[in-house]
Amino acid sequence: MATSATIPQTARPHGRAPFLSRIFSGDSLAQALAFSCATLILALTALLVWELWAHSAVAREKFGFRFLTSTEWNPVTGDFGALPFIYGTVVTSALALLIAVPFGVGAAIFLAELAPPKLSDGMTFLIELLAAVPSVIIGLIGILLLVPLLLTVVPPIKDSFGNHPPFFFSGPFYGPSILAAGVVLAVMIAPFIISVSREVLLAVPKDLREAALALGATRWETTWDVVVPYARRGIMGSIFLALARALGETMAVTMVIGNSPRIVASLLASGNSMASVIASEFSEAIGDVYPSALIELALVLFALTIVLNGAARLLILATGEKGASQ
Amino acid sequence: MRQARNVLVGMAMVALGAIGQTLINGGGATFPYPMYSKWFSDYSKKTGVTINYQSKGSGFGVQQITAGTVDFGASDMPMTDMQIKEFQEKRGMGILHFPTVLGADVPTYNVPGVTAALNFTPDALAGIFLGHITKWNDPELVKANPGVNLPKNDIVVVHRAEGSGTTFIWVDYLAKVSKEWETKVGRGASVQWPVGLGGQGNEGVAGQVKQTSNSIGYVELIYAIQNHMTYGKVKNVSGEFIEASLASVTAAAAGAAKAMPEDFRVSITNAPGTGAYPISSFTWVLVPEKISDPAKKKIITDFLAWMLKDGQTMTSALSYAPLPKEVVAKETKAIAKIK
Repeated sequence: MATSATIPQTARPHGRAPFLSRIFSGDSLAQALAFSCATLILALTALLVWELWAHSAVAREKFGFRFLTSTEWNPVTGDFGALPFIYGTVVTSALALLIAVPFGVGAAIFLAELAPPKLSDGMTFLIELLAAVPSVIIGLIGILLLVPLLLTVVPPIKDSFGNHPPFFFSGPFYGPSILAAGVVLAVMIAPFIISVSREVLLAVPKDLREAALALGATRWETTWDVVVPYARRGIMGSIFLALARALGETMAVTMVIGNSPRIVASLLASGNSMASVIASEFSEAIGDVYPSALIELALVLFALTIVLNGAARLLILATGEKGASQ
Repeated sequence: MRQARNVLVGMAMVALGAIGQTLINGGGATFPYPMYSKWFSDYSKKTGVTINYQSKGSGFGVQQITAGTVDFGASDMPMTDMQIKEFQEKRGMGILHFPTVLGADVPTYNVPGVTAALNFTPDALAGIFLGHITKWNDPELVKANPGVNLPKNDIVVVHRAEGSGTTFIWVDYLAKVSKEWETKVGRGASVQWPVGLGGQGNEGVAGQVKQTSNSIGYVELIYAIQNHMTYGKVKNVSGEFIEASLASVTAAAAGAAKAMPEDFRVSITNAPGTGAYPISSFTWVLVPEKISDPAKKKIITDFLAWMLKDGQTMTSALSYAPLPKEVVAKETKAIAKIK
């Protein structure tokens, strides 16, 4: 192979080129580059976890498992527990999904299946624009528009229950609340659900629709019984993307949630979320334990995101037999 | 285009720095930031010295000066003994506190039908924020406000959501006037509030109070003045109901100046003296005892001397209360402690 350097690569595709020319041939280079990009992402994630783990050492040693179950959050005595924030994050995100999923999937079905293409394209553009609005602006709209609106709408609803409203609608209502945070989050995540679900629905093969219609199904039966089940995995995917955004949302939530770390089993009560308390308190957290507790909170949020994402994958796998593609 | 220009200006500044221009970096409290930024800009015009200031909160100031990443810190609360010990262990020297201007917290409220400035006794404020006084027509409030028709409504408490020097001044006052507050809640930039909702920043608290009927919160005096808010009077040690103003805040500092400790770490909430507004506080810059770079040392000491002389004349224009004369005199001497 002494002359190999002078032989063009294309002349012997199966031979082993010397190291340097192998490196500089396009394929290997592209592969190496792509591989290092992929590993870099993994390495960054690993570094992130390690950093959170290392910097939360003080809090982990001091509180142990109690950190997850304690409702105490006292910066003065240095006693910290994550439960009120876990509660706030989970409940606001769940509420957001409860509102945004029916709306979002409904809107996606309309845009993909029922709306005239021109209208659909225009509306999709506007909806994607909504997804790009910075969260601090959504938060401002929440304070200036949503909270006053809730203050006029909620009391009559509450009164209609009489003296014994259901537990989730009990207690005084001042505006900033779990409810307000859930609604704001729903507004923020709905565009994700709509735009991804619409793409997925549009990708369903035409043959399926034509076959269903040919068998005498109505347009709605075709949509609901054939197209949507086919696209189910993709729609689920969009919902979990939305959930991930809801769990991590900081600014818009902190502006309308009321920022009080208490667990009150009512949507009208104020609360606080993990991302919100980290953003609020980190810059003023002095000492060893306080910042460490906030970092441990970040670790818990990270773990929660992974657990929920894992659960989502399992759910998709479990329901995956019927849905075919994404 | 503009961005490109900014980048160019930035590069030019970096280049200048490399040539020998000494750059001073500071950071901390947000409350005095408008004053500091005016001072630094005027001082820069006068002497050509550039002082950078990151307004990220008092806790940031203490953290960064302890870590040694800034040349001076700034804080609305004096460093605690433990923080000073930590500073000594990390940096191998002491830290000096220099009061710069004065601030105050005022109670702001939204009670339907009430337009007059309400009077608050220390017991009323502590009771409300502890959750013991829950109605606006509580006897403690009615007694202090003769002739005002206070409604029977529930009080909604609003506090700061994030850690803040403003909160420290407020809870420091409550801890001084209420034993229960001191033992149950204590002092800090953020505390475990017995009741209430949290708003982000002065504007968050003010907005929340404006939006919620029957609510009460606290904001920085300057914020209240600039936004033409009505705020309550607070009863001081001499038994007068005092409205917060530049004069009544300086009076509080003057009352405390006689007993000013050598290190200037003093709380002037609930200060004695007639005319003194009781929820007032100094704000400090934090300077390490030893500055090894002689150029930096000269700039910082020169600036402090200028701030105490010319700087103090600019405070009122920005609604900050100037330091009392006694404090200025004492501080001017203390500059020599920087080695």
